[in-house]
Amino acid sequence: MSNESMYQEIILDHYRNPHHKGLRDPYDVEVHHVNPTCGDEVTLRVRIAGGLVSDVSYDGQGCSISQASTSVMSDLVIGKAVDEALRTSEAFLELMQSRGQLEPDEDVLEDGIAFAGVSRYPARVKCALLGWMAWKDATTQAVAASGGGSA
Amino acid sequence: MTAVVLPDLAAGYDVDAVRSDFAVLSRQVHGRPLVYLDNASSSHKPRQVLDAERAFVEQHYSNVHRGVHTLSQEATDCYESARATVAAFLGAQPDEVVFTKNVTECINLVAYSFGNAAPGSPFHLGPGDEVCITEMEHHSNLVPWQMLCQRTGATLRWIPLGDDGRLDLTDLDALVNERTKVLAFVHVSNILGTANPVEALVHRARTVGAFTLLDGAQSAPHQRVDVTDLGVDFYVLTGHKMLGPSGVGVLWGRKDLLDAMPPFLGGGSMIETVQMSGSTYAPAPDRFEAGTPVISQAVALAAACDYLQAVGLERIAAHEHALTAQLLDGLRRLDGVRVIGPETTEMRGAAVSFALDGIHPHDVGQSLDELGIAVRVGHHCAAPVCRRYGVAATTRASSYLYNTAAEIDALLEGIVTVQDFWRR
Repeated sequence: MSNESMYQEIILDHYRNPHHKGLRDPYDVEVHHVNPTCGDEVTLRVRIAGGLVSDVSYDGQGCSISQASTSVMSDLVIGKAVDEALRTSEAFLELMQSRGQLEPDEDVLEDGIAFAGVSRYPARVKCALLGWMAWKDATTQAVAASGGGSA
Repeated sequence: MTAVVLPDLAAGYDVDAVRSDFAVLSRQVHGRPLVYLDNASSSHKPRQVLDAERAFVEQHYSNVHRGVHTLSQEATDCYESARATVAAFLGAQPDEVVFTKNVTECINLVAYSFGNAAPGSPFHLGPGDEVCITEMEHHSNLVPWQMLCQRTGATLRWIPLGDDGRLDLTDLDALVNERTKVLAFVHVSNILGTANPVEALVHRARTVGAFTLLDGAQSAPHQRVDVTDLGVDFYVLTGHKMLGPSGVGVLWGRKDLLDAMPPFLGGGSMIETVQMSGSTYAPAPDRFEAGTPVISQAVALAAACDYLQAVGLERIAAHEHALTAQLLDGLRRLDGVRVIGPETTEMRGAAVSFALDGIHPHDVGQSLDELGIAVRVGHHCAAPVCRRYGVAATTRASSYLYNTAAEIDALLEGIVTVQDFWRR
C-alpha cells in the first residue's frame, strides 16, 4: 500500500496506543464534538490551573487520523501555559490548511509534523482537527469561566 | 432533435460495449485502473447523455415557456419532450411529472405543500395526525417530515428495522392507522441495499386512507419502474444517480393530487393570474416549477432514460444481481468482515455496506482509493441506520451497469490488502 505518505508510522503508533486517553477528574470543562460528515466524535475534558493546561483527557471513536491527532494534541498541550498551547494549536491549524505546501516546525509540533501529509487530503483535514478544535473550545470556555483573558 | 447512437445489445449483455460509452472508466487513479463502485452516491454519464446536452445547448437553448422566437419555441419543445420521455420511463403521463433539483427538493416540495394546506383540505395536518416513515430512510426522507411535524403539531412515527436489515412489519397496523396522513418510505435503501415490500405497505396505507410517497433514488436507475403498478401516490427520483446530470430531480404525482395540492415555491411560471391583492396558480406540473426550470439538465436526463431503456432495465438489473451475488459471496469468505444489511440477493439492490473489524471506514476508503477503488464511507445520510446496527459508519460498494466481475474481484482483493496493512 502506497499511502504511507499519509499514514506515517508515528500516526499509526498513536492510533494503536493513544496517549492520555480515558476521561479523568478533576476537570473544569467537558465538551463533545462530532464530525457530522463521518460520525467521528470526541468527548474531551480540560483542567486549567495556575495558567497552565494541567490536564486533558478524552474518549471517542473515529478513524486513525482523528484518534492519533487527539493523542498527539494531548501530548503537546498538557503542561504548557495556555497562551503557548493556543499558539501550538494555531501552528497545527496552519499546517492542516497548507495543502502540503508548508514545512512544519518540529520544535513546535513534535509528533504533529507527521500530519503534514494529511493536509494534502482535504477530506481528511477535519479528522485531524477534531480533537484540536474540541480542546480549543474547552480551553476557551475554561479561561472565560475563570474570568481571565490571559490565564 | 439530436441523433444519438444508442448501444446495440441485441446479442446479450456486453459490458465492454457499455463501458466504451463512459470515458472516465478508462482513466487511472494513483497509477491503477479506476474501479468505480460509488454509484449509489452518483453515477457517471455516457457520451450519449453529454452529446445530447451539448447539442441542445449549442443549437436550441433559450428560456422556456416565454418567448415567441424560434429558439424559445425549440427549447420549450425539447424541455417538454424531456418531460414526456421521463413520464414514459415511469409509465406515467407528462403532466404528472414535475422537474425539481433533486430528491431532497421533491420530498420537501410535497411536505411543504401539505404544510401549506388549509384546514379541511385532504392534505392538511395538525395535532392528532401522523406521518409514518421507516428507520432506514435517507435523511432526505426523514428530516423534511420531522420539520413538517414540528410546524403542524403532527406526530412522526416510523417502522423499525429488524436485525436482518429489513423492516420489521410486526406492528405495521398500529404504526399505519386511521390517523396516518402520509406513509413515506424508500423503495431500495441506499445504505443497506434492502428492497422494501411496496405492495404490502401500500395496501396498508390505502386501507387507512393515507397518502404514499416512494423514494425511488435507488430504484429508478436500476430496475423497471411503473408508478401505476407500484400503486403509490408520489414517486421521486434524481438524475445524477441514473446516468444523468446533477441538478435535476423528478417528482411524479397522481394528477388529481398535484392539481389539488397547494404550491410550495411561489414566483414566475407557476401562476395563472397575478394581481397586487393576490394570485391564482397554474395547474400541475407548472404550479410546482416556479422560476426558470432546470432546462438543459432535463434534456440530458431524458437522454439518460433513453440510454437505460436501450440497454434494457431488466438486463441491467440481472447484471447487477450477478455482481451483488459475487460480492456478497466473496465477503462471506473473508475473515473480519460484517455485512450491514441483507446477506442474500433476495429483495435486494446493488449497494452493499460492510464493516471491517478494527478498521475505521475512513481508513478503509482511503486505503482502497490508493488501489484505484472508489467506494463510499461514512453514514451515507442514514445515521439512524448506523446507530441501529451499532456502527458509526460503514464502507459501501455499489455497482451499476458498467461494472465488471473483475472489478468485484479487485475490491475483494483490495479488502484483503487493506486488512493486511492495518493489522500488521
